[in-house]
Amino acid sequence: MSCFLCNSSLGKKLVMSISGCVLVLFILFHMSMNLTAIFSPEAYNTICELLGANWYALVATAGLAAIVAIHFIYAIVLTLNNYRARGAQRYEVTVKEPGVAWASKNMLVLGFIVLGGLALHLFNFWAKMQLVELTGNHVNSLGLAPTDGATLIAYTFSKWYYVVIYLVWFAALWFHLTHGVWSMFQTVGWANDTWYPRLKCISNIVATIVFLGFAAVVAIYFAKSLCPCCAGIC
Amino acid sequence: MALKLDAKIPAGELAQKWSNHKAAIKVVSPANKRKLDVIIVGTGLGGASAAASLGELGYNVKIFCIQDSPRRAHSIAAQGGINAAKNYQNDNDSVYRLFYDTIKGGDYRAREANVYRLAEVSNLIIDQCVAQGVPFAREYGGLLANRSFGGAQVSRTFYARGQTGQQLLLGAYAALNKEIAAGSVKSYPRHEMLDIVVEDGEAKGIIARNLVTGEIERHGAHAVVIATGGYGNVFFLSTNAMASNGSAAFQCYRKGAGFANPCFTQIHPTCIPVHGDQQSKLTLMSESLRNDGRIWVPKKIEDVQAIRTGAKKPSDIAEEDRDYYLERRYPAFGNLVPRDVASRAAKERCDAGFGVNETGLAVFLDFKTAIERLGKEVIKQRYGNLFDMYEEITDVSPYEEPMQIFPAVHYTMGGIWVDYNLMTTIPGLYAIGEANFSDHGANRLGASALMQGLADGYFVLPYTIGDYLSHKIQAPKVDTDTPAFAEAEKAVKEKIAKLFAIKGEKSVDDIHKQLGHIMWENVGMARTKESLEKAIVEIQALRKEFWKDVKLVGEENEFNVELEKALRLADFLELGELMARDALNREESCGGHFRSEHQTEEGEAKRDDENFVYAAVWEYKGMDQAPELTKEPLNFEFVHPAQRNYKD
Amino acid sequence: MNFTLKIWRQKDAKSKGAFETYKVENISPDTSFLEMLDILNNDLIHAGKEPVAFDHDCREGICGMCSLHIDGHAHGPGQAATTCQIYMRKFRDGATITVEPWRSAAFPVIKDLVVNRSAYDQILQAGGFISVRTNSVPDANAIPIAKADADESMDAAACIGCGACAATCKNGSAMLFVAARVSSLAKLPQGRVEGARRAKAMVAKMDELGFGNCTNTGACQAECPKSISIAHIARLNREFLSAKFED
Repeated sequence: MSCFLCNSSLGKKLVMSISGCVLVLFILFHMSMNLTAIFSPEAYNTICELLGANWYALVATAGLAAIVAIHFIYAIVLTLNNYRARGAQRYEVTVKEPGVAWASKNMLVLGFIVLGGLALHLFNFWAKMQLVELTGNHVNSLGLAPTDGATLIAYTFSKWYYVVIYLVWFAALWFHLTHGVWSMFQTVGWANDTWYPRLKCISNIVATIVFLGFAAVVAIYFAKSLCPCCAGIC
Repeated sequence: MALKLDAKIPAGELAQKWSNHKAAIKVVSPANKRKLDVIIVGTGLGGASAAASLGELGYNVKIFCIQDSPRRAHSIAAQGGINAAKNYQNDNDSVYRLFYDTIKGGDYRAREANVYRLAEVSNLIIDQCVAQGVPFAREYGGLLANRSFGGAQVSRTFYARGQTGQQLLLGAYAALNKEIAAGSVKSYPRHEMLDIVVEDGEAKGIIARNLVTGEIERHGAHAVVIATGGYGNVFFLSTNAMASNGSAAFQCYRKGAGFANPCFTQIHPTCIPVHGDQQSKLTLMSESLRNDGRIWVPKKIEDVQAIRTGAKKPSDIAEEDRDYYLERRYPAFGNLVPRDVASRAAKERCDAGFGVNETGLAVFLDFKTAIERLGKEVIKQRYGNLFDMYEEITDVSPYEEPMQIFPAVHYTMGGIWVDYNLMTTIPGLYAIGEANFSDHGANRLGASALMQGLADGYFVLPYTIGDYLSHKIQAPKVDTDTPAFAEAEKAVKEKIAKLFAIKGEKSVDDIHKQLGHIMWENVGMARTKESLEKAIVEIQALRKEFWKDVKLVGEENEFNVELEKALRLADFLELGELMARDALNREESCGGHFRSEHQTEEGEAKRDDENFVYAAVWEYKGMDQAPELTKEPLNFEFVHPAQRNYKD
Repeated sequence: MNFTLKIWRQKDAKSKGAFETYKVENISPDTSFLEMLDILNNDLIHAGKEPVAFDHDCREGICGMCSLHIDGHAHGPGQAATTCQIYMRKFRDGATITVEPWRSAAFPVIKDLVVNRSAYDQILQAGGFISVRTNSVPDANAIPIAKADADESMDAAACIGCGACAATCKNGSAMLFVAARVSSLAKLPQGRVEGARRAKAMVAKMDELGFGNCTNTGACQAECPKSISIAHIARLNREFLSAKFED
């Protein structure tokens, strides 16, 4: 078993599919959590507290990190294989075949953007929250309590460049998911001609929900920073 | 010395001959089969099925094909279907009826015993193919569907959409792959047989050229099987694949194998008409279209003119102004008359000036009535892919306007002479499928070529070859380091060197087109003494020109398509003459061979059963020598030749 | 019509190739693409130059011999057609047309536009068959097969093994080819018997021969001259994974 997950092309893709699926579920969870911050910064902070340096949160974080790593390493391995399989001499003329989504041919590039965004995100948030607790400190580099997520969000998204970068990041994620979500069904074999339109529709819906959910928090907090009154705080 | 022809037809009742024969012939034990080598040239239905079956039996088989994979042999292009006497439709079909239809369809110029055996094993073929996973068309109940084909009044044709040949070949190719994987068959793709090696009067192997490297190789075996198909490409334009050729069969003929009935050529009635002089091949529209399509030309010559100038569209012609000439002349079979009859009828109308395109060489195949009766959807289901193909080529939609069709060369009934065991006049050399002459007489019925290829390969040769090989169990491996092999190899190399040395002005295709023109005009659908004599003279002159003026480029030790084509054309230039000579000798009309001097008052083929109930077997005497004729009399013990009647 | 052709020329497998430019003139729109190449070749021969080598045979879209990557498309412009079924009326008069061989590590060039596709044969030899002996089979109607299943099997069996799928795939993956065979046999009761073994053996051979991994772009299906659906790839995935989980 372990053997075919490492050696066989279809086994490797199964790993991509399942790790991708876990990541999609995590992202949906993370997004729901974030949405809380729009309605109630206090509630959001309660969640942050809950997911601080507790054993279950740490186990989940470690697991998540492992899955990201697996998804990434397998993507690299598969892409290298694919590059070799394409041969040394490339086509002079290439086109986009009819019906082929742009995202599907650029998943690795999109993945790198997502990964880059993730690194920034870890620096912006995780390093100022869970990591601070882990190292036994009580305030982070900004002088905030590590469980004060809401203030951290407000701080980060008051900077226009973070807003832009995060939106680009979410857009890349949107593209990645439009192909990735239906693809994971295809890879495990749960697809057919009747279901392709449905699965692709579901992918688009999931990707769009994820994009809007995350972007809403960014946009609203940026708006608040520009004009506290507009956001109805006055 | 004339050829000694012993057809080895078993005695006894027709229905018992094959089983008696099988019981009488020898078999080889498994331990001995392992010691015996068989070479099979060609991987179409005949070659692939034979190789798979022989490999399975335990022989060491080497299989050669000129394409890059055995799967590409031209059997793959057969569209319509395969006949079998299953009687699944309960329309009173039987082995006897299939046998009778085939003998009659062949205009009583085939051997009774061979044809009966073909009909007998036809049912096994369908069983075999279904078990191999051939996705034949089925009815909603899950059982196999059938359709009807020309020359039959029952529905006995099994089909897989319009790709029956492809599916059957993929079945045989899969069986072949199974044996290649098991190690019993070794495959040599992109290899062309250039000579057969005969030593001590027996076939001992072949000389082949590796088409990628140009290397000339020797391969020895205890028996050699030729399964290289027909030689229709002698006409340049035909429905055959571009690389289909008669060279392997012709080498056998040069080395002493008799060549039988070379003039029996099938002209298929439903092909897309020729559109210009740069055309490379003709595209067949499946005979199955005649199930629902009706063939017609306008009754009035002014309508013909109007259609040619574009003043009228075919669909503008009123029903009463259309001449459904097949239905008119042959009420009992209508549009489903055999191919030779349908082709000649089209020629008759076009000769009379009723041809419907600019060249005057086309008739209509119309689906209007069928679309009205069954609806467009049903027609689309049945023929959708063919209609699309037609529209792609001609830019006309057959749903709106009738198709234009015209006869084209399609199949050659003639071929290497074989006895009942499928062995040629050279011991140890076999010929199967279209490459031999045995089962179709002067005309082949639709959906019977696939049947014959698979019958020979799966169910006949594997038994009969054992009879010969049982005498070889003491024989050592064939040594290819002998004078006979060396001589054959030298001859091949010299021929190639000679071709390169000519350095003339004309390309191979230039000369091939000229040959095709001579053949089509003089040895085509209607032949006369004058046209045939003219053809012989012209072909001889063209052959001289070829050997003086052909231009080859490139080198011999590399992938060189021009060299391949030149070698094939050199043989076509002799084969064409042989066809004309055979046609000249056969002073009668029968099946696909129509001598204008010999026709009934109604313009039907007039056989001469007094003088020509024989297979004409020719023996090679040298490139510029007349071949010698030996006759194999055909004895009709069970059916009585009568004029073919498709009228009532 | 007149065209400028930019064609890949390569003497043999070992030599380095390059594009060469040719002009063809007075081509009828009803000429097929391969006939246009015939015309070019005849001109080249008369000029004493080597003709362009390209694979072709039946010229009616069924043998799978023709290949050619034309203007970025496997089998040229046009849906559900092989190169031999492309007519010059599909091109703009005066156009420059780029013609390349299949490019895939598993399909090395033999000469000019001719490639070696024997890898596909090897994959089928690994298991693309039903192991029945000649003459040891039941009556053809002994096992009824639902029409829908037979039809779907036929959809997959329409594959002509031309190599366009792997040639077009940015990953050089042969999945559509492998899937077509596995799926066609998996839909028939006769093929189910050794279904698990077949899927595993064919996928293993495909991997061994250096084909890439499917990333579900669907480019293969778009360029397949027989429009074979990637739904068959889903079925192959299912067959393979269920076989592996049963191990």
